[in-house]
Amino acid sequence: MKITQISVFLENRKGRLAEVCALWGRNDVNIRALTIAETESFGVLRTIVDRPETAIKVLKENGFAANITDVTVVEVSDRPGGLANVLEVLSDNDVNIEYMYGFGEKYSNNALLVFRFEDTAQAQDILLANGIKIVTRKEIHGL
Amino acid sequence: MIWNEEFECMELEDLKNIQSERLSRIASYVYKNCPVYRQKFDDAGVCPGDVRTIDDIVKLPFTTKEDMRDNYPFGLFSVDTRHVSAIHVSSGTTGNPTLVGYTKDDIALWSDVVARALCCAGAEPGDRIQNAYGYGFFTGGLGLHYGALAMGLTVIPISAGQTKRQLKIMQDLQPRIISCTPSYALYIAEEAREMGLDPRQSSWEIGIFGAEPWSESIRVDIERELNLLATDIYGLSEIIGPGVSQECRYKDGLHVFSDVFFCELIDPVTNEPVAEGEDGELVITTLTKQAIPLIRYRTRDIVSINNSACRCGRTSPRLSKIKGRTDDMIVVKGINVFPSQIEHVLFGIEGVGNSYQIVVDRKSHGLDEVEVLVEVEESIFSDEVKVLRELQTKIKSQIDSVLSIGVKVTLVEPKTIERSIGKSKRLIDKRTL
Repeated sequence: MKITQISVFLENRKGRLAEVCALWGRNDVNIRALTIAETESFGVLRTIVDRPETAIKVLKENGFAANITDVTVVEVSDRPGGLANVLEVLSDNDVNIEYMYGFGEKYSNNALLVFRFEDTAQAQDILLANGIKIVTRKEIHGL
Repeated sequence: MIWNEEFECMELEDLKNIQSERLSRIASYVYKNCPVYRQKFDDAGVCPGDVRTIDDIVKLPFTTKEDMRDNYPFGLFSVDTRHVSAIHVSSGTTGNPTLVGYTKDDIALWSDVVARALCCAGAEPGDRIQNAYGYGFFTGGLGLHYGALAMGLTVIPISAGQTKRQLKIMQDLQPRIISCTPSYALYIAEEAREMGLDPRQSSWEIGIFGAEPWSESIRVDIERELNLLATDIYGLSEIIGPGVSQECRYKDGLHVFSDVFFCELIDPVTNEPVAEGEDGELVITTLTKQAIPLIRYRTRDIVSINNSACRCGRTSPRLSKIKGRTDDMIVVKGINVFPSQIEHVLFGIEGVGNSYQIVVDRKSHGLDEVEVLVEVEESIFSDEVKVLRELQTKIKSQIDSVLSIGVKVTLVEPKTIERSIGKSKRLIDKRTL
């Protein structure tokens, strides 16, 4: 149930994000979710794409510093308090979130959120034990 | 104590006589035994018979780093290599490495000059010395080792690195002396603090710091951090290694052992001698070495010389700390900065490659700013911003502890630093000075 996230180091320079997107476009890689963490001098682009193997391969061929990380994608009911529910479970069980961001698309009318946990396996066990749905790679492919 | 009182406290006139005698002998010796020197002398139109007094030294040709590299490995030797007892090699960043050799007598000479240096710094027979210079090809470790043995110290040959172990050995064995690079001394202090120790409570009373140029402000930092007498030792492997000159407790110049290492200071452009007290390039002639005697070796170090006798009783002339280089050194906020110092720090940080660039700029408010660009290789990249920030902070604090100029560290994408023929252009100075 781990989803592959691709992270890319980007300098704060004009056009860098565009270059990554164009590169993926040329190689038929589609972006599903995306976020950028920024500092005053650099940013880290984090994405979920449909073809992670190709995505990382072309990045490396083109000299980007990039890596892959396992993240967890969670289904959250799309109503007020939906996310709060999930976060409560995590907080009650002392699970640390490194960062999180949202998916553009919905899945069977629910919102999708990407979580990066300190300990992915432990977090997933807790989520499952509390009846929270974790999305599989296959399901994301079906989007 | 003064290890070799005869030579270290000799009247300058007597010293000059000895230097003259030795120069004339070494000029004949290299001419006879080293074809490279014979050719150099012939090209310069000079023969050993022209050298009668030390003042005649100006007739002789210079020797440069390039001569060392071009004649790698044994071309500059004046003895059959069968008589060479030890070899040291310093890594070459361009082309061949620099190789030096020592006969048995050269090792004895080296031991003697380092013994002089140790005594000059205040060591007494029976003291323990924690020798945290690297052992191996680098001349620092073994040079201090030989000298310490010669003067009757107890050597703790711990070599460089393993800082926690350094601190444990210091606590257990209570050595009075520490020898290492000045940057490592500061690092030890920092590490001690992190371990919850007070570095000021160390057993070290005397530090013998060299192998890299360091400023008075670093001395202030080291003495404050470690509560010891921080002395500067100077040397270079081409001449012998550490032990060319050393500060006494008055820290007012490095006593140069000029009965064996004759020093001239010249204008690096005109090659004309500069007056006493003025800055010039240090040129050294080894007066008594056997394996590779060097005639008028251009050190590229800019220093000044003071020929007056010192309060410590030594008459041997004193060299200033290194004030600059004829090559890649820059001065920022009054502090000497060598790209190699920054490189040294970067190489010490795991995962950081050798792709970096130093950009010096003068900001509108008139202050110099040094920015160190470091390429983010895959090995150090992380999806977590905090990891990258920590790396940035670590690089900065380690460079600042060596240079104390307050650099800015910027992480850049891989392969974005300009490379010229495979080697990055390390230093960009944008200031209009």
